Amino acid sequence: MGFLSATQSMSRYHILDVFDTEPMEQVRDGLIQHAIPTLENEYEEISAGWTPFESPYLPDFEQFSFVFGTYFLFSLRIDKKSIPAKLVHKQMAIEIEKKKHASGRDFVSKNEKSEIKETVMDVLMHKMPAIPNVYDVLWDYDAGNLFLFTTQKAANEFFETIFFKSFNLKPVRLFPYTLVETRSAFSSADKDRILTLTPCHFSR
Amino acid sequence: MLDIATAYNKYGFLGNEFLTWLWFMIETGQDISQSVKTKDPVSLEIGNSLILENTLGDNAREKITIKGDQAGLEEGTTALKKGAKVTEMNLICKLGPEEAYQFTIKGDSFNITGMKTPAAAGDGSADEIEGRIIEKALLVFRITQVIDTLFFTFLAQRIEDDWKNKGFDQMRSWIYND
Repeated sequence: MGFLSATQSMSRYHILDVFDTEPMEQVRDGLIQHAIPTLENEYEEISAGWTPFESPYLPDFEQFSFVFGTYFLFSLRIDKKSIPAKLVHKQMAIEIEKKKHASGRDFVSKNEKSEIKETVMDVLMHKMPAIPNVYDVLWDYDAGNLFLFTTQKAANEFFETIFFKSFNLKPVRLFPYTLVETRSAFSSADKDRILTLTPCHFSR
Repeated sequence: MLDIATAYNKYGFLGNEFLTWLWFMIETGQDISQSVKTKDPVSLEIGNSLILENTLGDNAREKITIKGDQAGLEEGTTALKKGAKVTEMNLICKLGPEEAYQFTIKGDSFNITGMKTPAAAGDGSADEIEGRIIEKALLVFRITQVIDTLFFTFLAQRIEDDWKNKGFDQMRSWIYND
């Protein structure tokens, strides 16, 4: 569910620290350096990187902008090869039969099975196209506010890693505790009081 | 700051208590606008889902899910009496006379799903894309700011010395229909 879709799902981040120099250049450099490769690596199970919001499948930050008004908007693309278990079973059965026929035996050893499985996985991984998933990122740099338009745990983890690698800024996921610590106007004394609260029980 | 994973687990209850408090505010007809102190009036309604959880012994959990556009919430109040808290709720939030948002929010993570904002103007042409993006961004920031303000308002009450006599007792009276 992308940023301009009728409905969105999102997780929120607070960005600690700021760039030392002009943010737009720093963001541009980070996006270009960690853009998703145009050519798919045939042997990699997962590949992830940035791509322009308006061009998720052609990651060209020279042609497409990531600046809209005072916001940065771009996308995280995660391409993942996933091999269906049933396909592995089928290929294994075929290769095991071939092995038995070639050896003249009516069985294959455990080691041989492992080798066959490794070969089958390699071949399938090579043949299988990666499925792309695109998650939009909206960043209000001045306010240190960022939205990742997904709530999938794996996508959040990829995002946190790639964001830090790209910009050397730490994204802090916002939930009750971090909201109080990073975005509230509570005094230190009030924050301390909040952190000593314990759950209240309404049942009698 | 505490370790993030530890803090997430330790203080998730604040988000669940916040959602329970929101339900109390809505059901007892309290003035939300007064709480968030915005220029435009703010109103909240429970949308089409409400999930409560109760921790039982041995880390077992009881989960009560109420779904449907006109669903009765009686089972929810029964669950509250047994010690459950709201862990996820669908809300309809109106800001001013025209802006209506609907979304589901989780208490422990504050993750938002199924967010519907007011429609951004424009016909979707490439020329208008920047305008649509900026408008949509403003809408998303505005609604999250309202959620944050409500959460901080709840916390400000929760740490007051008279929370036990005011907020807590009022919520308990509402739960038990005293």
